[in-house]
Amino acid sequence: MSKLLSVSPSPHVAGNYSVKKIMYGVIIAMLPALFVSIYYFGLGAIKVTLIAVLSAIFFEWLIQKLFLKGKSTIADGSAIITGMLLAFNVPSNLPCWIIIVGSFVAIAVGKMTFGGLGNNPFNPALVGRVFLLISFPVDMTRWPIPEPLKFSLTDATTGATPLAILKEGVKNGTPVDQLMSKMPDYMDYFIGQMGGSLGEVSAIALIIGGIYMLMRKIITWHIPVSMIGAIALFTGILWLVDPTQYADPLFHLLTGGVLLGAIFMATDMVTSPMTPAGQLVFGLGIGIITVVIRVFGAYPEGVSFAILIMNAVVPLLNKAFKPKRFGEEVNNG
Amino acid sequence: MLKTFPKGGVHPPENKLSAGQKIESLAIPKQVSIPISQHIGAPAKPLVKKGDVVKTGQVIAESGGFVSANIHSSVSGKVAKVDAIMDASGYKRPAVIIDVEGDEWIETIDRSADLKKDFNLEAQDIVKKVLEAGIVGMGGATFPSHVKLSIPPGKKADVLILNGVECEPYLTSDDQLMLEKPEEILVGTQILMKALGVNRAIIGIENNKPDSIKIMTDLAKSYQGIEIQPLKVQYPQGGEKQLIKAVINREVPSGGLPIDVGAVVHNVGTTFAVYEAIQKNKPLIERVVTVTGKSVSKPCNLMVRVGTPVSDLIEFAGGLPADTGKVINGGPMMGKALNTVEIPVTKGTSGILIMNEKEASRREVQNCIRCAKCVSVCPMGLSPYLIQQLSEKAMWDEVESEKATDCIECGSCMYTCPSDRPLLDYIRLGKSTVMSIIRARQQK
Repeated sequence: MSKLLSVSPSPHVAGNYSVKKIMYGVIIAMLPALFVSIYYFGLGAIKVTLIAVLSAIFFEWLIQKLFLKGKSTIADGSAIITGMLLAFNVPSNLPCWIIIVGSFVAIAVGKMTFGGLGNNPFNPALVGRVFLLISFPVDMTRWPIPEPLKFSLTDATTGATPLAILKEGVKNGTPVDQLMSKMPDYMDYFIGQMGGSLGEVSAIALIIGGIYMLMRKIITWHIPVSMIGAIALFTGILWLVDPTQYADPLFHLLTGGVLLGAIFMATDMVTSPMTPAGQLVFGLGIGIITVVIRVFGAYPEGVSFAILIMNAVVPLLNKAFKPKRFGEEVNNG
Repeated sequence: MLKTFPKGGVHPPENKLSAGQKIESLAIPKQVSIPISQHIGAPAKPLVKKGDVVKTGQVIAESGGFVSANIHSSVSGKVAKVDAIMDASGYKRPAVIIDVEGDEWIETIDRSADLKKDFNLEAQDIVKKVLEAGIVGMGGATFPSHVKLSIPPGKKADVLILNGVECEPYLTSDDQLMLEKPEEILVGTQILMKALGVNRAIIGIENNKPDSIKIMTDLAKSYQGIEIQPLKVQYPQGGEKQLIKAVINREVPSGGLPIDVGAVVHNVGTTFAVYEAIQKNKPLIERVVTVTGKSVSKPCNLMVRVGTPVSDLIEFAGGLPADTGKVINGGPMMGKALNTVEIPVTKGTSGILIMNEKEASRREVQNCIRCAKCVSVCPMGLSPYLIQQLSEKAMWDEVESEKATDCIECGSCMYTCPSDRPLLDYIRLGKSTVMSIIRARQQK
């Protein structure tokens, strides 16, 4: 017998799964929201997304080469996701250099300092986004008004997001129903015709992406459902208590980053809990913190902060919510 | 809804290439090497020496303790030597090597193919005969069968479960045996029921074996107390604990045995061997082996004498393909990779799987992305990603509290890992280290 045989411990087959497949699956799921964004925000959306993605890939490659060594990981698709998610979380008229700074913070601080994909405790895109929000508050809250199919890079009119109008109005003592009359109706929110970060506006596009990821088993239902449920429940209680002070739950769900956060960012595998029970608590926490910030905090929107805060709790949730072991509590009636 | 076990599991491509291939008898080789340790437990003690003449079916090594098994000659001829040879474990271990001369069986064995339904033995006599016949679990674990039939004092079995699941991809030996020897298996089941003192037996068969399910169900109608339970295809349903959970919805406690929930599990191949031992007086000297693989020209199911070199089986199936990368003793999920095909078939050899070069190498390991797929597929409810990391860092206390010792080594975690991480490699390391720590603690 001259032929040398390979030996290794079992199992000898591996399933048809890979990091790449998961990552590109997420990217495909983000495309509907990107298309809606291009429709409403035109070339600005394309420009911001491209710059964010390319700079994220570049920084990951550079840091890998200079500091981490080893094989470059840019092909795995995770840097593309970080870039896209960052772009989804900023206005489409953000200056290029600010996007590049955001990408750098997301990749360098948010991801590579911890050792790259899989080791980061916080969602990298949100680290970049919150850094930009705190550092460049003016640029980060100058929202272009959606204008379908107006492909021009200049002179976009800007306006406030529904959440900002609500926050400002309630602060000034205007009743909520009066504020609502100045805003787009819910169908517009659902489709995406409102001011906001470029990827967060279209509920329908985000939901389509979410269903795709559920079907491909990239995400499970636990985090989105518990997060959305918590927000609906919490804002619903407030609304029932005083509808002149508080907006209704549907408004809260369809505006701002709730759906983008619930479907694409809170579900990030790396920074979310490992067990369904942990995931439910994680989503619940995000939902509650989001509402607290929106209703009682200084910022009109709180999804990013809420997710980052709950990211920090994930190790504890993993400790507290272990899978139920076979034969642990036996009830053989 | 078909029954299955509720927690975890995967469904790898079934690849039952040799399904429906009739069991063919492989020619007796010129020389056989019969290891004296083909089972879990103490090795048998050789009774023969160089130059002795032996007959087919004669005891050549006797059980070396309670958890041990007799070894019989699978051929007639002259003992060439008793020497250490490489076996499937990759280690050299003692074996009786016999030069074959003719095929002369000892007279007491009934070699006819007639079905013999009636038996008239008491429970302890059945256990004794199973012990004498050297029967071990033929699903691959090779645990001596008489031990499982000897119910410890204070415990009671109320149901016998037969494993006809064959959840490993590729393997078809149990399926084919059920198709060709269904009544023998049913009579064997009755014998086991008698030995255990139970009046209920359930044969679990996965739904990808419709012919076996049909034939067994039809025939089982005339055997009192035997039910056939079709099961949804899900790996590792052939694991004892998973099978019990799937069939009778009882959960064996952590660290416990099936008898703790009143169940005893035997493989259908073992049951056939029990039939032959009781009804035909024939010890366990041959078994059905699937020879298969995508590049194998003639995937087949063979009746093979114990001690036959694996290379003979491969030759029969069309020779070792040119693109061979790996030869596996058993199935792809739990089988052992062989470093040579010059090792003997033993009582636990359920299949020989040949994988091509492309299938044989592992993919590159990437960072854990904490996707939790391993957690969701673990049929024991463990956290494979965590035990892997803890074992890598030699944090044995934590490995122990994470219950690495519960791991059944089914490999579902590694199968499903998108980062191709060596999860089971490290879990095995953790499991064996923790077990030796526990043993040392108990000895103090």
